[in-house]
Amino acid sequence: MELNKDNNKSLSNAGSQLSVEREVVIKTDKLTKRFGDFIATNQITFEVYSGEIFGFLGANGAGKTTAMKMLCGLSKPSSGNATIAGFDIYRQTEQIKRHIGYMSQKFSLYEDLTIVENIQFFGGIYGLSDQQLKTKSNELIETLGLQKEANKLVNSLPLGWKQKLAFSVAVLHEPRIVFLDEPTGGVDPITRRQFWDLIYQAADKGITIFVTTHYMDEAEYCNRISMMVDGEIKALDTPADLKQKYAVSSMDEVFYELARGAKRNE
Amino acid sequence: MKSVELNNIVKTYNKGEIKAVNNVSFSVNKGELFGLIGADGAGKTSIFRILTTLLLPDSGTASVDGCDVIKDYRTIRKKVGYMPGKFSLYQDLSVEENLNFFATVFDTTIAENYELIKDIYVQLEPFKTRRAGKLSGGMKQKLALCCALIHRPNVLFLDEPTTGVDVVSRKEFWEMLKTLKQQGITILVSTPYMDEATLCERIALIQSGSIMMIDTPGQIIKNYPDKLYAVKADNMSRLQNVLRSNEQIKSCYSFGDFHHITMDNVQLTVDNLLVSLQNEGLNDLEVKEIIPTIEDCFMNLMSS
Repeated sequence: MELNKDNNKSLSNAGSQLSVEREVVIKTDKLTKRFGDFIATNQITFEVYSGEIFGFLGANGAGKTTAMKMLCGLSKPSSGNATIAGFDIYRQTEQIKRHIGYMSQKFSLYEDLTIVENIQFFGGIYGLSDQQLKTKSNELIETLGLQKEANKLVNSLPLGWKQKLAFSVAVLHEPRIVFLDEPTGGVDPITRRQFWDLIYQAADKGITIFVTTHYMDEAEYCNRISMMVDGEIKALDTPADLKQKYAVSSMDEVFYELARGAKRNE
Repeated sequence: MKSVELNNIVKTYNKGEIKAVNNVSFSVNKGELFGLIGADGAGKTSIFRILTTLLLPDSGTASVDGCDVIKDYRTIRKKVGYMPGKFSLYQDLSVEENLNFFATVFDTTIAENYELIKDIYVQLEPFKTRRAGKLSGGMKQKLALCCALIHRPNVLFLDEPTTGVDVVSRKEFWEMLKTLKQQGITILVSTPYMDEATLCERIALIQSGSIMMIDTPGQIIKNYPDKLYAVKADNMSRLQNVLRSNEQIKSCYSFGDFHHITMDNVQLTVDNLLVSLQNEGLNDLEVKEIIPTIEDCFMNLMSS
């Protein structure tokens, strides 16, 4: 795996203090996806470092979902290159899937399985041994304080709990990177913040967080942000530097400045 | 006469196991832009469905435009416009066909009420032969709004019209609502985005089926019980841990690039706090008193 020794910029804005030598876990080079004449993702080039919380922002239809699908090994790029956790995005998609976690607002857990069954199911899929599964599911249930609910169906949990559980399940196999697609959509403000506590804990363990959100206060919690507009990455920097660059006081305004010129929306 | 009125409305699911709406009462004045603010599962959609006569309450009474939601359901359906949270137009009909269909159902024509939807519809007109299913998210939202308005309703119900929509489209949508309000239409809108609350005249903050507070956004902010401070340091994560372990700090929540805190003012002053944070090895400290946002108020009500 490649070590990026040049980039030792300290990312003091968010939770974890990051070490000087930064290992690159996502690296893309002019990654492109076309659907006929339409270029959904247009030559995006960026790097994400190990343990980093990376915010992947953009207007509706900017090409975020398409890009994420490629990065997860679910969709073949039209051109360009990328490695995810050191694996090639064209030839090693199965390896990629084994080394990442994924959760979204829409798909997370099986509603008609219990909490324990979900943990065992997903842990099993990611190849954890019976012993590991047992230890890990006990640990997880205890950390989330779900002892009483462990044998209840997931659909009986409030949305906030489902999302926290889904995240914990997505990082159960200690992936290199976890992809979070609007994980806090519709969640109440206190639970939303508790969810971010979980994100920080995972990042502290060295898991890289790749997250999309429509809440601009959450953009501030990321180490770095990329902003996609019309298929291209229009900006990439720390929230503090972006605000300074656009001479505004909030990420909301940064987003507005960058996205209002967008020609396409979804 | 109130435009919308609810008295002790209760709605449960699963034979009473899930209490979706728990004794909710509020009213909306004629021509008012009223917001129902809360997360998923708070009971917003159940309330909308009861008011639009699509769901029967277990108990309580409600009226819309002077008509009872149970007895006068047929009359209500003619007088209200409803935009559900889930896109519910015919995906395989074109923009124009959808609009025509809804106009016909309500025994009217596009021409008759064109003035009302004109500002929104002109943005859709270039795509009027496109199938609704092929429209972009923002365009779908605009078409759904046009269809809900085409019979010139007295009351408009918008259930989470901006969920999952980006900042730019959300701003546009609220601009459209302001214009509609000027036409005298009563608007009841729900949203999980706390920052949109200030765009309403009055709001109800709702959580787990119960209303926590109803007032104007300004008054709700005035009612915030404590002095609120925003705190910043070089290491925000450590700052949070330090603040949370300080017993004189009553609450501490992340808010973008600051943490918002309330403190026990009798024992702790800003100066004392700064000193104690410095002693913890935190640098570049900034503490300032701020005006609470609706989100601060919401979290305060949730935890009290």
